[in-house]
Amino acid sequence: MSVPETHRLPGFRESAFASRSFVIGLTVTLIICAMAAISFIWTPYDVTSLAIGDRLQKPSAAHWFGTDHFGRDIASMIMVGARNSIAVAVVAVVIGMGIGVPLGCWAASRGGLPDEALMRGNDVIFAFPALLSAVMISAVFGPGAINAIIAIGIFNIPVFARLSRGGALALWQRDFIAAARVSGKSSARITVEHIVPNIADILIVQATIALALGILQEAGLAYVGLGTQPPFPSWGRMLNEAQTMMSFAPHMAIAPGIAIVVTVLGLNLLGDGLRDALDPKLARLRS
Amino acid sequence: MSLTINDLHLSIGGSKILSGISLEAKPGRTLGIVGESGSGKSMTALSVMQLLPLGSHTTGSINFAEHDLLNAPDELMQDLRGDDIAMIFQEPMTALNPVHTIGDQIAEGICLHTGASKSEAHRQAAKLMADVGLPVERFPLGRFPHQLSGGQRQRVAIAMACAQSPDLLIADEPTTALDVVLQAQILDLLRARVENSGMALMLITHDLAVVADMADDLIVMREGEIVDHGPTKSVLRSLAHPYTAKLAAASTHRPALKPANVALVAAPIVQVQNITRDYSTPRQSLFQKGKPFRAVDDVSFNIRAGESLGLVGASGCGKSTLAKMILALDKPTNGSILINSTDIATADQAAMRPVRCAVQAVFQDPGSSFDPRHTVERLIAEPLHLEPKLSADERRQRVLDALAEVAMPADSLHRYPHEFSGGQRQRLALARALITRPSLIVADEPVSALDVSIRAQILDLIADLRHRLGIAWLFISHDLGVVRAICDEVMVMDAGRIVERGACNSVFDAPQSNAAKALVAATPDLARAIALAENDA
Repeated sequence: MSVPETHRLPGFRESAFASRSFVIGLTVTLIICAMAAISFIWTPYDVTSLAIGDRLQKPSAAHWFGTDHFGRDIASMIMVGARNSIAVAVVAVVIGMGIGVPLGCWAASRGGLPDEALMRGNDVIFAFPALLSAVMISAVFGPGAINAIIAIGIFNIPVFARLSRGGALALWQRDFIAAARVSGKSSARITVEHIVPNIADILIVQATIALALGILQEAGLAYVGLGTQPPFPSWGRMLNEAQTMMSFAPHMAIAPGIAIVVTVLGLNLLGDGLRDALDPKLARLRS
Repeated sequence: MSLTINDLHLSIGGSKILSGISLEAKPGRTLGIVGESGSGKSMTALSVMQLLPLGSHTTGSINFAEHDLLNAPDELMQDLRGDDIAMIFQEPMTALNPVHTIGDQIAEGICLHTGASKSEAHRQAAKLMADVGLPVERFPLGRFPHQLSGGQRQRVAIAMACAQSPDLLIADEPTTALDVVLQAQILDLLRARVENSGMALMLITHDLAVVADMADDLIVMREGEIVDHGPTKSVLRSLAHPYTAKLAAASTHRPALKPANVALVAAPIVQVQNITRDYSTPRQSLFQKGKPFRAVDDVSFNIRAGESLGLVGASGCGKSTLAKMILALDKPTNGSILINSTDIATADQAAMRPVRCAVQAVFQDPGSSFDPRHTVERLIAEPLHLEPKLSADERRQRVLDALAEVAMPADSLHRYPHEFSGGQRQRLALARALITRPSLIVADEPVSALDVSIRAQILDLIADLRHRLGIAWLFISHDLGVVRAICDEVMVMDAGRIVERGACNSVFDAPQSNAAKALVAATPDLARAIALAENDA
């Protein structure tokens, strides 16, 4: 029989900061963001000026991560590249959420044919990997950061549509939604007032993970030359340029590689920690 | 082999759950354990099974046959569980694994404990299914749980539990999720197993009426302690312990019904005219559409101002579908529903506004009827959305008035639903329904999820509201006692049709239709059990 739930669940902050992955993930993410923010006002060296005399230097006190084949400071390029990675991933997630969540909620509130049509359309988008759609978009509109954002954003739409539809469908069965309908509220209003706040936690977790994926995809696109164009630094293109010099200047590949790994790892840890904090049931199962 | 518990103390994470529990379950007898939520009755059962949550600390002794269960190693417990001690849980919907067939699930235990081959185990499973009234001809072993109803699933759970002819069967609220007709069938089944196989049955329930007919011995628990115990007849005869007396009174409680304080008007509030609701079923084949399932079949009735009308029937008879259509949450396939002479199927949003104000709802589950993220003030004020001209002060005043009507303190305003108990939340649900000053409230099983003493309080509140505010009620329940307590008239529904309507007393004392007769016969009657016990003396 149902036991009355009079006790209070531990607050979000308590359980979040008790989780190690949340704390580590948050710290890493904040450091990367701080790095990108600082690059607007200060970098150790100018990333657009070439200094051929200093090319391919090993890491030293003057150049923390060494220099590349044009003599640019790699540490400065990593800092400016972070700006680029974060911007592309964040805008792509905003596009994905901004279109995907309303679509998913709308499908759940209508049901029947519109729902079916929308979700099958979703499946079609899902069938193409982001990289492939980026290649298609670039082939039509030419390569560039904006087109990379659009390609990754389109890939994010079905992810968020499916997630919010699933969450919303479960909520529409609940009595408090029936009570809101008896109060004469329209589906749109119920969605805004009751559905979205109640699926916000799963959306936040998914957004964090989608950010990590977006950074990875942006790096992938830049690596094959379809993302950010030179001279603006990008982690993916730095890897590409390092490839030919791998045998005698491995430090050129190591720095951007580590930057990508650490950022993605940090965001994933943050997502995991958030999920545990927002859904204590799951955390208990795993520990 | 009998079970003896001696001076059992249990604490979980430092808080005391059970103290000084001593009891004995003897072969061929039924031990009833009665208590309200949080009294520790389920924890007693889990202690016997050694399935307590992490962080539990127990002292005392639990002896079963020659084993000391509290200090038994895991291997021994695994041997005993399912073989010598079996358990049935409350919720038949989640007790079975949805991805395995029922035959495999019953056979699993047989294979595990006897080492029988799979085909041999399936043969035994078929026999067990027949024993619980699910003959294999009609319910093949290859069915999946979702293809069975709640009552049928609970039978499968009993077949699984009885597969090894256990010496002790623990049934934790086995019928609470079922309607009275199914409850009577399940209890008969359990009773027959006790009589035929000589096993001991530990029947845990919150409702004294359920165990009154069933149990040979009775234990009444409160806050982790046994407050009353003895042979059922003598416990019921004297009702010596005040708490047992209180439980019995709550279980048979009938609020003093006063007529609704309302001028009688000729025009009914609700006119339901020949409504039918069909649900489509899956296609039978590529070229053949599924035959539609008729949930509500040609139903007509009226509700007048201030009248309280009960709607009873077994689960699946269509009563909730009917309620949804009156609340305009679902549309009838045929027929029309007029509320204050507005046809709600064709009315536009502006025309629906007064209808929505006039008809409000209270739902069954107090746990899910509030958005957990909103404050009580916002939740109760939700229907005021229908009256957009109110100022913020007026809105707050209306919320405070509604809270006062249901005897909830004004400081509830800024709290969240999870801070309230089930009974309090049901009061809040009533407040939300009252805030538009409706003329009809549709209540779908509003007290089924509550403990008996809380149920009695809510019934008193409903009777009081009915008298003071002159609200008409459509009260849906499978519990005849509840309907009888607060309704003037009752309709009996069966397979989508209304088969009987009349004054409560005449329908329940002299039921005419088969459906009504079955309901009346299946309802456990505590008053009768107490009277019988007293005659025996």
